[in-house]
Amino acid sequence: MLKNQHNTRLNENAWQPEGTDMANKILVVDDEPNIVLSLEFLMKQAGFQVRTASDGEAALAAIAAEPPDLVLLDVMMPRKNGYEVCQAIRANPAWKGTRIIMLTAKGREVEREKGLALGADDYITKPFSTQEVVERVRELLAEAD
Amino acid sequence: MLGDGVIIASALVYMGLLFGIAYYGDQRADAGRSIIANPYIYTLSLAIYCTAWTFYGSVGLAAASGVDFLPIYLGPTLMAVLFWFVLRRIVRITKAHRITSIADFVASRYGKSGLLAGMVTVIAVLGVLPYISIQLKAIATSFNVLRLYPAVTMPAASAQQAVWMDTTFYVALVLVVFAILFGTRHIDNTERHEGMVAAVAFESLFKLVVFVLVGAVVTFGMFNGPGDLFRQAATQPNLAALMRFDVVPGGYGGWLSLTFLAMMAFLFLPRQFQVLVVENVDETHLRKAIWLFPLYLLLINLFVLPIALGGRLIFSNGGVDADTFVLALPMAQHLPDLALLVFLGGLSAAISMILFETVTLSTMVCNDLVMPILLRANPRWLAGRADLSGLLLGIRRTGIAAVILLGYLYFRFVGESYALVASGLISFAAAAQFAPPILIGLYWKRASRLGALIGLSGGFLIWAYTLLLPAMAHSGWISAAFIEHGPFGLAMLKPYALFGLAGLDRYMHAVFWSMLFNIGGLVLGSMLGKPDTIEQVQGSQFVGILERKRHDGDSLLWRGVVETAELHELLARFIGPHRANEAFDRYAREHDTDSLQADSRLIHYTERLLAGAIGAASARVMISSIVMGEVLSIEEVMTILDESTQVIEYSRRLEQKSRELEAASAELQEANNRLRALDRLKDEFISTVTHELRTPLTSIRAFSEILLANPDMEAEQCSKFLGIIVKESERLTRLINQVLDMAKIDSDRVEWRIDQVDLRALIEDAINSTSQLFRDKAVVLQAELGHHPVMVAGDHDRLTQVIINLLSNAVKFCPEQSGEVIIRLPSLADTCRIEVIDNGPGIARDQHKLIFEKFHQVNDVLAGKPKGTGLGLPISQKIVEHHHGHIWVESEIGQGATFIVELPRNG
Repeated sequence: MLKNQHNTRLNENAWQPEGTDMANKILVVDDEPNIVLSLEFLMKQAGFQVRTASDGEAALAAIAAEPPDLVLLDVMMPRKNGYEVCQAIRANPAWKGTRIIMLTAKGREVEREKGLALGADDYITKPFSTQEVVERVRELLAEAD
Repeated sequence: MLGDGVIIASALVYMGLLFGIAYYGDQRADAGRSIIANPYIYTLSLAIYCTAWTFYGSVGLAAASGVDFLPIYLGPTLMAVLFWFVLRRIVRITKAHRITSIADFVASRYGKSGLLAGMVTVIAVLGVLPYISIQLKAIATSFNVLRLYPAVTMPAASAQQAVWMDTTFYVALVLVVFAILFGTRHIDNTERHEGMVAAVAFESLFKLVVFVLVGAVVTFGMFNGPGDLFRQAATQPNLAALMRFDVVPGGYGGWLSLTFLAMMAFLFLPRQFQVLVVENVDETHLRKAIWLFPLYLLLINLFVLPIALGGRLIFSNGGVDADTFVLALPMAQHLPDLALLVFLGGLSAAISMILFETVTLSTMVCNDLVMPILLRANPRWLAGRADLSGLLLGIRRTGIAAVILLGYLYFRFVGESYALVASGLISFAAAAQFAPPILIGLYWKRASRLGALIGLSGGFLIWAYTLLLPAMAHSGWISAAFIEHGPFGLAMLKPYALFGLAGLDRYMHAVFWSMLFNIGGLVLGSMLGKPDTIEQVQGSQFVGILERKRHDGDSLLWRGVVETAELHELLARFIGPHRANEAFDRYAREHDTDSLQADSRLIHYTERLLAGAIGAASARVMISSIVMGEVLSIEEVMTILDESTQVIEYSRRLEQKSRELEAASAELQEANNRLRALDRLKDEFISTVTHELRTPLTSIRAFSEILLANPDMEAEQCSKFLGIIVKESERLTRLINQVLDMAKIDSDRVEWRIDQVDLRALIEDAINSTSQLFRDKAVVLQAELGHHPVMVAGDHDRLTQVIINLLSNAVKFCPEQSGEVIIRLPSLADTCRIEVIDNGPGIARDQHKLIFEKFHQVNDVLAGKPKGTGLGLPISQKIVEHHHGHIWVESEIGQGATFIVELPRNG
């Protein structure tokens, strides 16, 4: 409850992003443009720096270019699915600090287990609650700090 | 030196050898692999006719009266010529009626008369006693002569010794034991003795070889060949006479009667009937025996005269009995080994005769004399005994012992004063009494039981009166005055000159009167009484045996003989008439045969074919039941066949059932697998559908929540987000509709409204429906639809759905502004074809099939573009296939794509 109130309050100030230097970098990866658009909006509103990618390879290229603090990673994507991207990130020690949240539309327990086994930090099922996504991202980044 | 021990040991070893052969023969017969089933063994077994009489007696007779010995062998030779006409009938009747002896045969012919059977048995036993006696005498004499080697001395007459000092008595005892061991080991209902036949065949060969050896030694060793021998003999007037034909007593009449006696004896002596008829396994063996047996007789008689003349020349002082010349000559020549062989040869000839004669007689005594009496006397006592085989064996063994010992008594009290041949002829004359009832019964249907009884009794009485009684008188049992003056001085009844018929040889005399009474009695008796039904039936069956066809109702099959037609029928029952015909035709072509009688190769061939149908073991049983086994009537075989056919049919049905069960369980297994695969597909489908549904829903929820949480959002952004929500909602709706549509088509719940549809009009409709899409992307649509309606049978709405889907896809993949889509309706002869061509990015070959699978999307190409539902093409495919058409794509990457629909033309 407390967090929700906090979030609500934060959302109310969404238009004033926190200092860009300090802000955590988030990579949103999904092949559905509308979903990318919605997540980008939410993350920006929560004060993070956001980049996007529409498939697995583009995601890895973006990570290589500038490792983000957290990746919101869709599973079902062309050119390397979410699991492969997750594996690739975990295989590189340089990206050890990168948090990963898997997003999936399948929602079966097996998928969740698989994602976590491959080194994802959290797992969110589509359709998701916007509040929850933001909350989870914050939590994970807080843990990392 | 030849001690008693050596002689006796040799004799026992030789008898053991015969026993071994017989044992082996029986074993093989039991195993179904007969060793006697060939014409050579059969022919050799016929040589049982050549007993010690032949071995020793022929020379004895020849030494006394020259060629007089020949009629005994001319008779069988003549009879052999008649084998095919006479013996074949008898053999066939015997097989057909399961006749086991000569008594059985006569009784069967005349209405299965027990009285006749008994009478034949009594005549046979009495008639054969002199014959057996001479065998015993021959063995004993030869033993007694041989044991005195190197001296050639005639032993004292047995009658002068006490019984227990008499070698002949011990010979008789040994033979009793041997015959019982040999002949009654078990009871076979066919009364066949394959082992004994095999032993006889062997001993026939042995005695022939020994006799020829002696002849050769005498002719070429003791004389300088036959020329020298006959020259020397010719110098002595009494010997020269032996080489002329006029020495035979009674002249040509005597010759005739002796030849006749030999002919009849050859057929109707009990053991001859047994070997010729009952032991015959295949009537075709007769063909070979017809010439082969006379050849045997020729060989064994070749040296009779040389040995006789040689004996007369060497033992010119007359101290040596001519009946022992065969033995005495090698002894005189100091050839103890050959002498021993001669002894064994004579023993061999005597043993085989006694063995078969006594076994045959004991069977007749048991079956036709003792058992009928026992049955009549005390039927309940017999019926109460479960197993009669012990009783039967006991009776037979007693019978064997009795016959041999009676033979000994005859020898001791009657026969000793006679030469071998003289006693033998008495037996021949007795056997000849069976000729009229049998031979006439074969050809004259009306011959009746009464006639047979009268004739047989008459003939027997004459025989006894003219031959047996005088023989006894000669031996001093009855006053010799009986011969000289007739009983009570009645000259008319003098036994050698009955009714005043004087001047004939005694045998000719006996033959004349006995045959006259026998035949006359038979004919008169048959004319007098009316035969009863069973006599008529048997009579006509016997007379008509050769004419009977297989389909006459109770036609029969023979042991060892099987007709091609029967094999064919057997085969046809199992593999069908058509295939059986084919198989037999093929066989006939390949082996160039059309014989009615199946040869062993054909039997084997049939067996193999049968084995294919019912298995090797069953085939063996089926074939052997008609070829090797006991006599079975066709009904019996067919009963077995029907039973086994039923069993086969039953097991075939069982097999079929189990095959059906297997098939059903395999089907179940497959259905189960299909269900599981379907279940997996369904899971995947649901999972995919869920994914597809969640995707637009995610956008809708996210933007709705964003809008809700940001009420003061800029109007422009707000309406952009709302637009997204609306688009995604439409997508969701479309998706749900198509999923439902797909499910409906998949489960065949679509209502198809098949009408005559004009494709041209239909395509124009579809173009109108999608014109907005083309305008939005500024894609050019070119329609080449011709000028005539193109009619197909189909569902208008569903086909429109397909075209719209194809056009929508084409637009979707075309580049904006420069996009170009062509829809064509080319006129083809046998199909209606619709082509939708775009200038989009093209589809890789490996995707050509996949794009028609549910939810498969060409993701690479679609990246960053609005997605379809992934169900448009699969649904189109279902619709086209329902119209018995095809849909496919032709495309290369970068070359655009052509989707083609082909529907069968109307009509």
